[in-house]
Amino acid sequence: MSAVPAIAVRDLSKTYEVPVREGGLAAALKSLVHRQTRQVEAVKEINFEVAPGEIVGFLGPNGAGKTTTLKMLSGLLYPSGGQCRVLGFEPFKRQRDYLRQITLVMGNRNQLIWDIPVLDSFERNRAIYRIERTAYQRTVDELTELLDLGPLLDKPVRNLSLGERMKCEVAAALLHKPQILFLDEPTIGLDVTMQRRIRSFLAEYNQRYGATVLLTSHYMADVEALCKRVVVIHHGQLLFDGQLSELVQRFSPHKTIVVELENEGSDLSVYGEVVDGVDGRVSLRVPKAETAQVTGRLLSEQAVLDLTVEDPPIEDVIEQVFAGV
Amino acid sequence: MTGLFDIYTTLFRTDLAVQFQYRAAMVIWLIGRVIEALVFLSVWTAVAESQGGQVGGFSAGDFAAYYIIMMMMGHLTFTWFMYEFEFRVRSGSFSPLLLQPLHPIHRDIAMNISYKLLTLVVMLPTMFLMVGLFDPTFNTPTWAVWAAVPVVLLAFLMRFFVEWALALVALWTTRTEAANQVYFAALLFFSGQMAPLALMPEWVQSLSALLPFRWMLAFPTELLLGRLEPEEVLQGLAAQVIWLGLAWGMMGLVWSRGVRRYSAVGS
Repeated sequence: MSAVPAIAVRDLSKTYEVPVREGGLAAALKSLVHRQTRQVEAVKEINFEVAPGEIVGFLGPNGAGKTTTLKMLSGLLYPSGGQCRVLGFEPFKRQRDYLRQITLVMGNRNQLIWDIPVLDSFERNRAIYRIERTAYQRTVDELTELLDLGPLLDKPVRNLSLGERMKCEVAAALLHKPQILFLDEPTIGLDVTMQRRIRSFLAEYNQRYGATVLLTSHYMADVEALCKRVVVIHHGQLLFDGQLSELVQRFSPHKTIVVELENEGSDLSVYGEVVDGVDGRVSLRVPKAETAQVTGRLLSEQAVLDLTVEDPPIEDVIEQVFAGV
Repeated sequence: MTGLFDIYTTLFRTDLAVQFQYRAAMVIWLIGRVIEALVFLSVWTAVAESQGGQVGGFSAGDFAAYYIIMMMMGHLTFTWFMYEFEFRVRSGSFSPLLLQPLHPIHRDIAMNISYKLLTLVVMLPTMFLMVGLFDPTFNTPTWAVWAAVPVVLLAFLMRFFVEWALALVALWTTRTEAANQVYFAALLFFSGQMAPLALMPEWVQSLSALLPFRWMLAFPTELLLGRLEPEEVLQGLAAQVIWLGLAWGMMGLVWSRGVRRYSAVGS
């Protein structure tokens, strides 16, 4: 970890007060007189740091507190406790110098103006972020090339497909070349090709400008492609902070042995749990500690054409993490 | 300063482009405004004629002039933010505005003015057409036309800030229709829209002098009809400046509290 982290979070908490009311008219009337609320701890004293230039995956199931954390870090939400500093700023003060260096992209929210060509929305951001014209033009050219925006720029946003719009949203959010990117489900609802495109673009942006990225996604492919390090939260608490590979090591007690045999149809259930069997290739789930022994037995007892030992898919590992809580 | 000028010219340009997309809706809005003026004008003209040509010092021609000017004042000063903010908060489109390095009020000023400029292209010919059709009586001295420049500008600004501040109620509750209704009913009554304030009971006239509505609409209208003495205009300007200061202060206060509340509860 570098001496001065880009993002530093200490005991950060957020508690919401939500009204409680049962269904029905009687409860509705009662709530008029006596309004009941309860405290919901969306984020509970989490700690982590992100070094400049690092890409960190922020993982957790729905309602884990990911978006709340991103909102606190970007400055939209005031923390209930603890503190966070981003580039040395306290985000909730929303100082202009801070806002000019960050961006928050939410996959399900639009910032582009629906009725006018994409380039006009870009122009508004140029003026609002006070980007110098030549620098702006250069950035638009670069982003156009990287994201293949050429044919989209003069189209009204309402005429774009979801994927096209998302590419333009991402570009609009990066025109001012932010040093910090908060990305909340940036690939949500996109097809695989478009997801890949956004992903490779983000990797390129990070390389080119040394930007720090904190990314949430339900698509593990995003996380695997972009993030060496992941922070996992669940019920507002931090469960894991470390390398993605370490997460797999720690939380997956199994390995998957994929084996192809000469004589298809042999029963391999004595070696482990058969989880898949397609075209003569059988996948066996075996306890991690027994992997070497089972592999040895398979090789000596069966006519093996091919054998590989794999870590389970990251989705399964994440499921394990949450199942264990 | 050059940065802010660039922001405003860019916002104007793009807002005009947006509004061009809604030509039909815009025309319907404008028709509504003209119909409103026509209804009041017809009713009061009929009343005047049934009373032997005059009501409280207003002839049919005076009513025509009054409602034509009132229509233009309504057009020049109105805002839609009390409805817009509720939508912004509900739809979540308020959050991105908070994360841009520009106070959202600048966007709203630019949008409002660009709308006014664009629609004047339709409103001015409509006004001249109504002048031709209803034979209004104007006794406007030249000084009053000049005095109308700061008066109309102040009326626009004070109404803008009052309504923008009230629109921020949406940061506490997204059910703002009820509060909006109360405001618009008061505006209709105390601004001289429903009837010239001179025809209203004494207590309404006294109360309207203490409320902001009169200074938004009735005051510039009466000035342009030549119904005010220079000292009344100076008093009116003073009232406008006081209300503008109050609205500005209220807006600043409500904004900082509203945003703090919004950032406490989220969206």
